[in-house]
Amino acid sequence: MKVSLNWLNDYVDIGEVSPAELAEKITRSGIEVDAVDDRSEGLKNIVVGYVLECSKHPQADKLNVCRVDVGEEAPVQIICGAPNVAAGQHVVVARPGARLPGGIKIKKAKLRGEESHGMICSLQELGFDGKVVPKAYADGIYVLPESAEPGSDALAILGLDDTVLELDLTPNRADALSMLGVAYEAGAILSQEVKLPDTSHGETGDPASGMLNLRIDAPEANPLYGAKVVRNVKVGESPDWLKARLMAAGVRPLNNIVDVTNYVLIEYGQPLHAFDYDRLGTGEIVVRHAGEGETIVTLDGAERKLQPHHLLITNGREPVAIAGVMGGANSEVHDGTTSVVIEAAWFDPASVRRTSRELGLRSDASTRFEKGVDPNRVLAAGERAAALMEELAGGEVMAGTVLFDELDKEPVRVTVSPDFINERLGMKIPFEDMEKILGRLQFPYEAVNGLFVIDAPTRRGDIAIPEDIVEEIARLYGYDEIPKTLPVAESIPGGLNPYQAKRRVVRRFLEGAGLYQAITYSLTSEKEAQKFALDTAPVTKLLMPMSEERSTLRQSLLPHLLEAATYNTARQAGSVALYETGSVFLAEGADGLPVEVEHAAAVITGDWSGSEWQGSKRPVDFYAVKGIVEGMLDLLGLTGRLSFRKGEMAGLHPGRTADVLLDGERVGIIGQLHPSEQKARDLKDTVVMELNLEEVLRKENEPLLYRPVPKFPSVSRDVALVVTKPTESGTLESAIRSSAGNLLKEVRVFDVYEGDKMEEGMKSIAFSLTYQDPEHTLTDEEVTEVHHRVIEALEAEGAKVRS
Amino acid sequence: MEQQLNQLKEEALGAIRSADSVRSLNDIRVKYLGKKGPITDLLKGMGKLPAEERPKMGALVNEVRGKVTEVLEARMAVLEEEAVSRKLEAEAIDVTLPGTPAGTGNHHPLTRIVEEIEDFFISMGYEVAEGPEVEKDYYNFEALNLPKGHPARDMQDSFYITEDVLLRTHTSPVQARTMEAKEGQPFRIICPGKVYRRDNDDATHSHQFTQIEGLVVGENIRMSDLKGTLDRFAKKMFGEEREIRLRPSYFPFTEPSVEMDISCFKCGGEGCNVCKGTGWIEILGAGMVHPNVLRMGGYDPDVMSGFAFGMGPERIAMLKYGIDDIRHFYTDDVRFIAQFHRAEG
Repeated sequence: MKVSLNWLNDYVDIGEVSPAELAEKITRSGIEVDAVDDRSEGLKNIVVGYVLECSKHPQADKLNVCRVDVGEEAPVQIICGAPNVAAGQHVVVARPGARLPGGIKIKKAKLRGEESHGMICSLQELGFDGKVVPKAYADGIYVLPESAEPGSDALAILGLDDTVLELDLTPNRADALSMLGVAYEAGAILSQEVKLPDTSHGETGDPASGMLNLRIDAPEANPLYGAKVVRNVKVGESPDWLKARLMAAGVRPLNNIVDVTNYVLIEYGQPLHAFDYDRLGTGEIVVRHAGEGETIVTLDGAERKLQPHHLLITNGREPVAIAGVMGGANSEVHDGTTSVVIEAAWFDPASVRRTSRELGLRSDASTRFEKGVDPNRVLAAGERAAALMEELAGGEVMAGTVLFDELDKEPVRVTVSPDFINERLGMKIPFEDMEKILGRLQFPYEAVNGLFVIDAPTRRGDIAIPEDIVEEIARLYGYDEIPKTLPVAESIPGGLNPYQAKRRVVRRFLEGAGLYQAITYSLTSEKEAQKFALDTAPVTKLLMPMSEERSTLRQSLLPHLLEAATYNTARQAGSVALYETGSVFLAEGADGLPVEVEHAAAVITGDWSGSEWQGSKRPVDFYAVKGIVEGMLDLLGLTGRLSFRKGEMAGLHPGRTADVLLDGERVGIIGQLHPSEQKARDLKDTVVMELNLEEVLRKENEPLLYRPVPKFPSVSRDVALVVTKPTESGTLESAIRSSAGNLLKEVRVFDVYEGDKMEEGMKSIAFSLTYQDPEHTLTDEEVTEVHHRVIEALEAEGAKVRS
Repeated sequence: MEQQLNQLKEEALGAIRSADSVRSLNDIRVKYLGKKGPITDLLKGMGKLPAEERPKMGALVNEVRGKVTEVLEARMAVLEEEAVSRKLEAEAIDVTLPGTPAGTGNHHPLTRIVEEIEDFFISMGYEVAEGPEVEKDYYNFEALNLPKGHPARDMQDSFYITEDVLLRTHTSPVQARTMEAKEGQPFRIICPGKVYRRDNDDATHSHQFTQIEGLVVGENIRMSDLKGTLDRFAKKMFGEEREIRLRPSYFPFTEPSVEMDISCFKCGGEGCNVCKGTGWIEILGAGMVHPNVLRMGGYDPDVMSGFAFGMGPERIAMLKYGIDDIRHFYTDDVRFIAQFHRAEG
């Protein structure tokens, strides 16, 4: 909402308060002022000129040589390129030395050999937005009324001696979508009365109802409709003050009739519509819902297809307006209009909102109706418009208003105690101060038994409950006055729950291991959504995505992490190590929501460990990432319950992929990216992992208990085995563990050899076994006996002990 | 024999003196003192001497052997020390070569901010509450005093999945869910999480971003408690010398509603490019929980009251670290993330 302070001053005395000061006060007490626009800023030496003569420039077709009276003894010569400049016009002249917006300085100049003492200005050159400049002057200079005195300051006539406040309104303060609403707000802040506009006008002897019939077929959607008829209007340009105010408010002046409806809309916040009575054609207005397949061409020239819940204004035969949204082209006021019907109505906010959304059509009217207009201001706005049409268009207002009225206009009664207000705020505002604030707000109230009984004015639709009064009192008393305290309550210990605490442990571990945390988007393309998914389920798609790239919720974190790896690699990162924890979405769980599961994933590409100059740098491999997963699960106390088996997944290397099992259930995957996938993504050898983090973190581990440090020494025995190449070390290790019994403390692979010293198809794996008894020092015989059992078990698995 | 012995002694001592390595010294030890050496031979030959000469000669031989041994050990100690020195010298390294990287990664800056905020409120007795990112319209809007058709729904255009399910537009549905779960008991929570809005991604907008929100419900929770809490928070997060101010605002789920500004941490309130010349920076929205929200959560607004606040970690990170484009947070450029690895203070 743009608020001209000159205009505002009509209703409330701003007095000596500076615009910046006023803006600060308004912001601090409730409505944010986005900008304070001093419209005269940068404008200097701009006067009224009268064009005495105008002839073509001898050297240039598109230029004119004008002799202009600028209020001095002798006229001056000004060269002007505007197509509409002519002798006999009063114009805006920037004299040499003048300044225009954008820091432009006007100097004496020679244009194609002719001297120019200044510039005749268009409105755009004076800083007006092209969107609000009247169409007649859009492509040329602006023409002032004849009453303008040559040499006088032109800024006042154009309304540029003004400051405009731009209000950023929250949805609850629809009341401030009007000059009167802002006047009440300013009045409350400055303790000033509000003066209402003059709505008095003359009336003809004939009643309006003699010319117009009214029928409302949808009273729920349109409980109040008032129509006034004004005869014998002369459509023409509005006076300068009116045009200036509309332009200041951001509205383009059109003609005096439409300008009046727009002016009153801004003044009262009540949208009005003016129909051409003759074009209406039937002397009748019927408000009803649209029929199936009905259409209307709106003022903007577009044909709109309507639905049966859209409310229409019709002439009894065909639609002439979409109620509260936009008028129809067929009944528009035009230059030849002589009789006008002024519509002042109240439409159901939800209905207007829905219609405007569905048609994709927002207007100054719909934005106000959908937030609710003041029921008690509807008819007054109609009278005000009639009065202005009488004054500015010479119209005759027909007697009375053609009216349908079932609208509840009662104020909301709010009862609140001063104690409640102070308790909520943690303050001790005296009763009298609260009374003063209610007075400044012009809220009618009575103090009954120490309670405030307030009839909230209908212009303030946001006031309905005691808490609203708390806010009104507090904001005008000043939020700076609220003391700083802390809640006095039994203190509850705060903290992370075990899941959250373990998640932090996981993040820190992964970072300690050398990975950077990434955060990627949850939305991806449908094509990518299920790639690398541990568990696939139907995808969750948006109803109306903004793009195919962001249309579907992911089921794996890896696609976006790999994208990030490629992004970094393309920017000369030799190696990249990223991880992410975040949700994947598997449609569809109970209660209509997708199953949301938190995952952890990592991508490592390029070199991983070691030091370059020492020659120990190595590219990442499967085992580096497996080590990270093992370390992470160990930190969570789950080592003994973790196992791995050969796995497979599209996009991963078929020989270098493992399922991660926890308590025998698959909770994740580790694998090297498939060579073709690596190539497609422009990556070197890349190893990835993804875990169902939620599953992992939900596992409860054993309580952490001290175990005695062994008192007796352990004994190590190594065994080197020859096995067929496909034999997995895990199988051999299981055989060792199950045959060795309690004395076995540790099994470690310490060598794997597949070189040419081995028989074809065979490899060697060497284990180191550690035996220990907590009760005594093991004897050689005891160890040999167990070790023998182990070797027998290994041989049963087809392994040969290597001598 | 005595003469022979003295000659042997001089010879041995001479050899010891001229020995220049542990090894040659060991050779000398074997040569003179070994089982097959001349001194041993002399001792063996003692049996041939007349009995009265034996003690004298024995003492003499032992004396010579003692002397040679003593000198040899002393020389040995010197040579060993020299050998160690030589070895250490040979083992010297270039200490200015780079160390072997003890590679660590680090938190994403948003996690860093979120954890800092979480930890502050945990110290004030808050629990961390989380909820689903795909939400029911009921929890995202209706339970927060935003019925269907409410004009404030325009403030946050949403990604719908079905008519009743959407990507949450704020973390506030966690408030509604927590109230249901706490069944009328007082509580304090802080809720971090991802949220989604229909925005085109540019320098200041992101269709996915994070929020962190707090809610305190109990008997006689006052607006002054909100102000005191936010004041402590602002000082912890942005420095002890920060001041806060509250400005009236509007959120459907709070009444009264406020926005909180902090005095500019760059210029201290003088006015600069960070605070756009105002001396104040907008940090968060807050307010007293709307009675409708309490009621829908199963709390009697006549008995209980509460306050809530919410903020954007992206905005806080951008202000705190001087980051100029919100897209940096979601590009995952390691050159960006790695800048947030070190401790502050």
